[in-house]
Amino acid sequence: MTSLTFEKVSVKYADSTAVASFSDTVRPGEWLCLIGPNGAGKSSLLRAAAGLVQHDGVILVDGTPIELRSTRRRAALIAHVPQSPSLPDDMSTFEYVLLGRNPFIGYFGRESKHDRSMVHQVLERLCLEELAQRRLGSLSGGERQRVVIARALAQEAPIMLLDEPTSALDIGHQQQALELVDTLRREHGFTVVSAMHDLTLAGLYSDRLALLHHGHCVAAGAAEEVLRAETLSEFYGVAVSVHHEPDGTVVVIPRRTAPLA
Amino acid sequence: MSTRQEREITRSWWLPVACVALALAFLFGAMIGPAGPAWWRVPAELLDHLPFISVDSGATALQSTVLWEIRMPRVVLAGIVGAVLSLAGASFQGVFRNPLVDPYLLGVAAGAGLGATLVFVVGRSTSQSWPVDPLPLAAFLGGLLAVLLTYTVGAGFGAPRNPTTLVLAGVAITSLTTAVQTFLLQKNTDVVRQVYSWILGRLSSATWADVRLVLPYAIVSGGVLLVHRRLLDVLRVGEDEARSLGARVDRIRLTVVIAATLGTSAVVSVSGLIGFVGIVVPHLVRLLAGASYRRLLPLSILTGAAFLIVADIPSRVLSDPAETPIGVVTAFLGAPFFILVLRSRQIEAR
Repeated sequence: MTSLTFEKVSVKYADSTAVASFSDTVRPGEWLCLIGPNGAGKSSLLRAAAGLVQHDGVILVDGTPIELRSTRRRAALIAHVPQSPSLPDDMSTFEYVLLGRNPFIGYFGRESKHDRSMVHQVLERLCLEELAQRRLGSLSGGERQRVVIARALAQEAPIMLLDEPTSALDIGHQQQALELVDTLRREHGFTVVSAMHDLTLAGLYSDRLALLHHGHCVAAGAAEEVLRAETLSEFYGVAVSVHHEPDGTVVVIPRRTAPLA
Repeated sequence: MSTRQEREITRSWWLPVACVALALAFLFGAMIGPAGPAWWRVPAELLDHLPFISVDSGATALQSTVLWEIRMPRVVLAGIVGAVLSLAGASFQGVFRNPLVDPYLLGVAAGAGLGATLVFVVGRSTSQSWPVDPLPLAAFLGGLLAVLLTYTVGAGFGAPRNPTTLVLAGVAITSLTTAVQTFLLQKNTDVVRQVYSWILGRLSSATWADVRLVLPYAIVSGGVLLVHRRLLDVLRVGEDEARSLGARVDRIRLTVVIAATLGTSAVVSVSGLIGFVGIVVPHLVRLLAGASYRRLLPLSILTGAAFLIVADIPSRVLSDPAETPIGVVTAFLGAPFFILVLRSRQIEAR
């Protein structure tokens, strides 16, 4: 079980600031969900934690700054699932998931028997064994999403960063993918940070939400604290009504701003 | 399950198939050509040269000399050149994630030509007495400079996302390099003949000395590239994702580019400009055996060697006794095939 701490993390691009001084500690085994309008800095924050963009401030894994670790060591700690992963059409599912073992293989090395059997276990766990030798180009959207999660799982990293893992999926597959992440998190004790657009699903699956706006964290806490109609209308510029189900689920329902004809 | 096993079996078949193809190409290359022993005496003559085997091929001493000192170095050199060009082409395609690049389109060959021209202009005669021939080194540096320029220009305008930009940058750098070379030659007309005979290559007059010159470069370049074949597979998911999987993308790219450029420059210095091999052979292998670099690189070596040995045969006999340059033959075979590849990729993309 591993914690992830952000201390005054800023991400700046040539002409803009994507994230401004974000601080938070994700406890071991916790699921933090980043929400916020497009361009709020969710992806940039995740990319900074994955070591893909330069950042100011410190990002610590179990108290040690990630900059102090080699690229390979960091990859063994943090798995990153990008918003639109590239899946080469003519690569097989097995070959693709096997790439997740890269952090454990030396520059001159090859996958060991352990790496291969590990991948088979992951495929079995995610019910993907049938697809092991299929070309990625022939997979459906839901299958592709599971394959990408399988690669992250093969990485055996205790921290998983998911950048809009369900944006391309229908409601059924969205639920399936998020249930899968949640089950795996409970099984393996993963720490999860995700960026999500669907506010209801974000509140439903995560332990805590952080609302970003123009790179600043403007609200953080449990779903019922962050998902308020007035907060959302202020930062998203939307009209919504928020319902509280008896089981604690917070449901965000969009409202029409123009009166219905 | 049966389809899965079938597929794995068919894929593992390609290595022996490629080995047999290379052996056959080698044999045909040794058997066909003007002068020398009758073709059916050649296998016996070859067997005779193996240790512990003695066969009387019935060839005269002169015929035997023609085979061993003229035909064989040429076949071996063609094999090395084809192997290196195909391997370099496949590696460039992997490291730039661009199916359209090859050592020629990236400007490596033109840069190597410019480097060699500089050596001739500065003075071949003074460098003749040096302990190390500066020609391959100059060609290598010229080629490396050209490919780095191409990449910088191409990447500056979004090449990672758009494969065409890199190719266009290569075209621009090639034109520039060629222009500088032409300018230098205009100023130094006395070396024009030397430079052109270097550019056109000496595959037709290949000797064992040429083989010895190019072999160390080919082995180093090939060894380094083969070591990177697993990492080239990691790069297939893109720069960012490869990095998040723990790959040190910049180091891998630099190493592969240097190794592929070294090999290309070395073979260009003995064979001259031979186009299409670096793009046609890897694509052929991809179509038949899949796109994984683990299979692609070794198979490109074998297939590329076989391809160039075979392509060299018509250039020997087509317009006998004059030679048809091998670059003409590869373009003749390669261009239609390249169009076919483009067409099949288009169909796949749909």
